[in-house]
Amino acid sequence: MSVSSETARHLDTLESEGIHVIRETAAQFERPVLMFSGGKDSLTMTHLARKAFYPEPIPFPLLHVDTGHNFPETLRFRDDLMERIGANLIVRTVQESIDKGRVKEEQGPNASRNKLQIVTLLDALDELDVDAALGGARRDEEKARAKERFFSHRDRFGQWDPKKQRPELWNQYNGRRNPGEHFRVFPLSNWTELDVWQYIEREGLEIPSLYLAHKRDVVERDGSLLAKSDYISLRDGEHYAEKMVRFRTIGDMTCTGAIESTATTIPEVIEEVATATHSERGGRTDDQRSEAAMEDRKRKGYF
Amino acid sequence: MDLLRFTTAGSVDDGKSTLIGRLFYDTQAIFEEKMSEIQRNTQRDDEDLELALLTDGLRAEREQGITIDVAYRYFATPKRKFIIADTPGHEQYTRNMVTGASTAELAIVLLDARKGVLEQSHRHAFIASLLQIPHMIVAVNKMDLVDYDEDRFREIVDEFRDFADKLDVNDITFIPISALKGDNVVTESEKTPWYQGATLLHRLETVKTQTDRNQVDFRFPVQNVIRPHQDFRGFAGQVASGSVRPGEEVVVLPSNLTTEVESIVTLDGEQDQASPGESVVISLTDEIDVSRGSMIVRSRNRPEVTRQVDADLCWMDEEKLRTDRPYIVQHGTRETQAYVSNLVYRINVKTLHREEADTLTLNEIGRVELETADPLFIDSYRVNRHTGRFILVDPDTNATVAGGMIRGVGQDVAAVGEESTTRKEQQTSPNVVWEGLAIPREEREAKNGHKAAVMWFTGLSGAGKSTVAKALEERLFDRGIQTMHLDGDNVRHGLSGDLGFSANDREENVRRVGEVSRLFFEQGTFTLCTFVSPYREDRTRVRELLPEGRFLEVHVDCALEVCKERDPKGLYEKAEKGEISNFTGVSAPYEEPEDPEIVVRTDEHDVETCVDQIVDALEARGLIPEAE
Repeated sequence: MSVSSETARHLDTLESEGIHVIRETAAQFERPVLMFSGGKDSLTMTHLARKAFYPEPIPFPLLHVDTGHNFPETLRFRDDLMERIGANLIVRTVQESIDKGRVKEEQGPNASRNKLQIVTLLDALDELDVDAALGGARRDEEKARAKERFFSHRDRFGQWDPKKQRPELWNQYNGRRNPGEHFRVFPLSNWTELDVWQYIEREGLEIPSLYLAHKRDVVERDGSLLAKSDYISLRDGEHYAEKMVRFRTIGDMTCTGAIESTATTIPEVIEEVATATHSERGGRTDDQRSEAAMEDRKRKGYF
Repeated sequence: MDLLRFTTAGSVDDGKSTLIGRLFYDTQAIFEEKMSEIQRNTQRDDEDLELALLTDGLRAEREQGITIDVAYRYFATPKRKFIIADTPGHEQYTRNMVTGASTAELAIVLLDARKGVLEQSHRHAFIASLLQIPHMIVAVNKMDLVDYDEDRFREIVDEFRDFADKLDVNDITFIPISALKGDNVVTESEKTPWYQGATLLHRLETVKTQTDRNQVDFRFPVQNVIRPHQDFRGFAGQVASGSVRPGEEVVVLPSNLTTEVESIVTLDGEQDQASPGESVVISLTDEIDVSRGSMIVRSRNRPEVTRQVDADLCWMDEEKLRTDRPYIVQHGTRETQAYVSNLVYRINVKTLHREEADTLTLNEIGRVELETADPLFIDSYRVNRHTGRFILVDPDTNATVAGGMIRGVGQDVAAVGEESTTRKEQQTSPNVVWEGLAIPREEREAKNGHKAAVMWFTGLSGAGKSTVAKALEERLFDRGIQTMHLDGDNVRHGLSGDLGFSANDREENVRRVGEVSRLFFEQGTFTLCTFVSPYREDRTRVRELLPEGRFLEVHVDCALEVCKERDPKGLYEKAEKGEISNFTGVSAPYEEPEDPEIVVRTDEHDVETCVDQIVDALEARGLIPEAE
């Protein structure tokens, strides 16, 4: 399913749709931000935002909510990219939220800052008076997202009410809001993981090396392979082992699982994704906690 | 690889979720962990896979066992990527169906072979037709429960066709399937040897896509102004339809100023063309007023610029429609306030009958007229899905309350070529409604390369109406314009052979000719009518049959003395001798046009000069292309 050898009209369609949504966001809102994680989806979205306004630079800031448990590769990559494209990056850290007493760190071997970042995110949106946050979420990631709109309304508490979503017809997006409310906007809604990879290949986008297979010490926990780091404490009977792995998503090191892989180039990744039997979030332990895990987190303001 | 967006309408009972699950399962789009999740979620212990559980996402839906919102799902085969807008089928979810249908290029209507064509199947097909989805597949499901009986399948096909004939759907494919058992979904079934057609997936993989984009009429709604520095000003947008190249002349609405496309800019370099659906930045050669909500079009191919809109409206809000307060209309990138000034009728989505109504409530569909604060640049939805639609927003709650499909410019008389709704006509022939034409006039016009119009030549006998019209028709014909000439003498041989020359009969004669010219008009023809037609009221009645700007009254003016002198048919002589009664100018009055579009004086200019004058006027009005 490599795209280099054939025409890829679906990518043109998805690209144009994404650009259209990003331009609508810039037009309908006063203070949008683009949520940047350094992951492949946010890189794709950043690329679309550059295309949307070229020859102008991206007219709104990028916001990174840093759990402090990032892979060091991601941060280096992030800073290089910002310098190259001349974007305005704002960073807010979970550590600050902890220091300010806004949140309490989870304890125990399963401790994760994934839930804490909701508070940091909402605080940052509040502080920056953001009225639209562009996110890289895709509808194919998880079933609660299948019903998400491109323009997703959030109330004053950042909550999503799946029963009160505005109908979204054609490409007429309605971003009207009351003071204090904001929108999450998802330009990649209609993309699949495979589309993102094919697009990255076609556009020649640089990605963090974590996405390609490399040797790394990992521990197997609840069916996921977690990378060795200072933030993980081994339980009884667990041990690190070196494996050839790559990551399908990159987030907090404590809950982002790797998969065993030999795909060291993007075409090999595309091949692997096209024939995969596990979905991309399958490596994320936070989704497996309960049946409606994602829906619960979304209601509270998770992306 | 290309992309097909399709919608599925049907309820859980019809096996819709099972069908999607089957498509996913058989194309290996289901991941292992989802399969294990399904097994975890399955409450009943069926032999067949509980495929339906794959697709019902939200917790409330799982609890209630229904689908309450549009869910978007994705799968791909080596040939194509698919986006499914999965919508619930019950009447109370009409708005979800409309939402799902709005972006679809194909609709799957699912029937239960045991139950056949139900009221809700009618509704699904009607919505697909209303939203102008180009292709439809009628999947007759649960064939396993009727023993794969061919006769049952044929019966359902015939019944559905009878109904669909009344709708605006051109491409329907019928497929007998069993989603549960997998027959004819992805793989051909051995149990239906009588069915020679393609499987459902094969049809999805091969149907022509991108057919919903109008390739002819260039429309570029401006989203943002791009101004990186003093020397560059560009306009960002997505090409709604048609295409444009640098160097081509364009007009910017609403300012109406003409300029040229200077360049088409993207991050990947300048392009030599902007095509339908592309997101680009266009720069223009002149510094003219362009902002969000402007539209860039070709000077000789413009949308209607109007504050009166005739549209079908689907109401989507809990609060009912009110005609005494304004809403916000979002039409492309343009936004203004609008009153719903007239609710023409409501469609009963069960029976598809038209009903009198004074409001629309949640999930109701009706035909309305809007009056907007600022002009909109519209095309009819049939001709252009991308500039023929809008949404209404409640300014108090910010909710999206309605979606609208434009029929055309609003006018108090019934719009031409569409269902007649005026009271007068309903009274005189209550059982006759206008049949919507299979090919709308706008498409014929686009193909012909000129607009359709009716030119009404009026003037005294002997003024030279037929002479000027014939010379004009030759000139137009040479330029490739499709023409027809309806002449007073000719129609009186047949069409009006039963009429005399009394005021009543003259009125009836003009009425008949007016109706005939309207038919020619809908056929895309430039129709020249040469009739003395001495009464202003009769001419006005014909004018009202046609859209604004498409009826041109041409006063062929000539002094009565000159006409008498010419007297080509010896009629004045006879009239003066009293051999003919009711002769205009002698024994009957002639009411001169008060405000004709064109006046030619045949007693001052020769025929060629008059024809030149008319051709210039037609070009200036953009009805025919200018001479090379």
